[in-house]
Amino acid sequence: MHGVQRPLSPYWIYRWEITMWLSSLHRITGLLLSLGAVVLGIWLIAAASGPDSFATVSGLVGSAWFKPLLVGWTFCFFFHLANGVRHLAWDAGYGFDPKRIRASGWTVVVVTFVATAAFSYAAIV
Amino acid sequence: MSLMTPLNRVLGLGTAKGAAEHWWLQRVTAVALLPLGLWFAYELLTLPGFDHASVVAWVREPATSILLVLFVVAVGYHSSLGIQVVVEDYVTGKGLRAATLMASTLAHVGLTIAAVFSVLKIAFGS
Repeated sequence: MHGVQRPLSPYWIYRWEITMWLSSLHRITGLLLSLGAVVLGIWLIAAASGPDSFATVSGLVGSAWFKPLLVGWTFCFFFHLANGVRHLAWDAGYGFDPKRIRASGWTVVVVTFVATAAFSYAAIV
Repeated sequence: MSLMTPLNRVLGLGTAKGAAEHWWLQRVTAVALLPLGLWFAYELLTLPGFDHASVVAWVREPATSILLVLFVVAVGYHSSLGIQVVVEDYVTGKGLRAATLMASTLAHVGLTIAAVFSVLKIAFGS
């Protein structure tokens, strides 16, 4: 192995592009949404278990320190949804040329931030 | 519908350990989750309150119960398929990988069924 120059993964030798950022982010947000789904499951189970169990869970989910997590999951939700539509378009064979793949990527970024802000605002009001 | 090549089907082996079906179901659940996810987000915004009585009254509405069961099943399935891919990519070692995959499947099936049961209990119960 000493001194042998082996080929490296593109992630290490290419200049990072928006497409690579969004690709990683799709997976990361997917993992985080799975954690969020656990909270949703616990919330539903607590609701079925009765007022006392529900009070315990909603006391936790509704607390101040949980708020940033909820905003984070909102971001993950809208990103994974918007970028998921992008993936489905690729699966159907559309949007592969470099110009369009970058344009759709930036569209996803804008949609995610606008939707997250709008949802969070509507949730507070 | 089978997406396996005829040769693969005859030989009964190859790299396609059901990969085509996995890929397809990931897309089917993704398409289902587009309307279901947006519906769920909208419902959370318009819920009158997050106290027990309000939540139970909401879940008990027939339209809510049905869509909630569909949403929970689609989320559970989509998440299970997604986590499986991540585990297969990053968890090395045959034993550890098999154990992680099994734990993930059991957790997904367990929580999904528990959540569906909870919705139905509220929908049909007192």
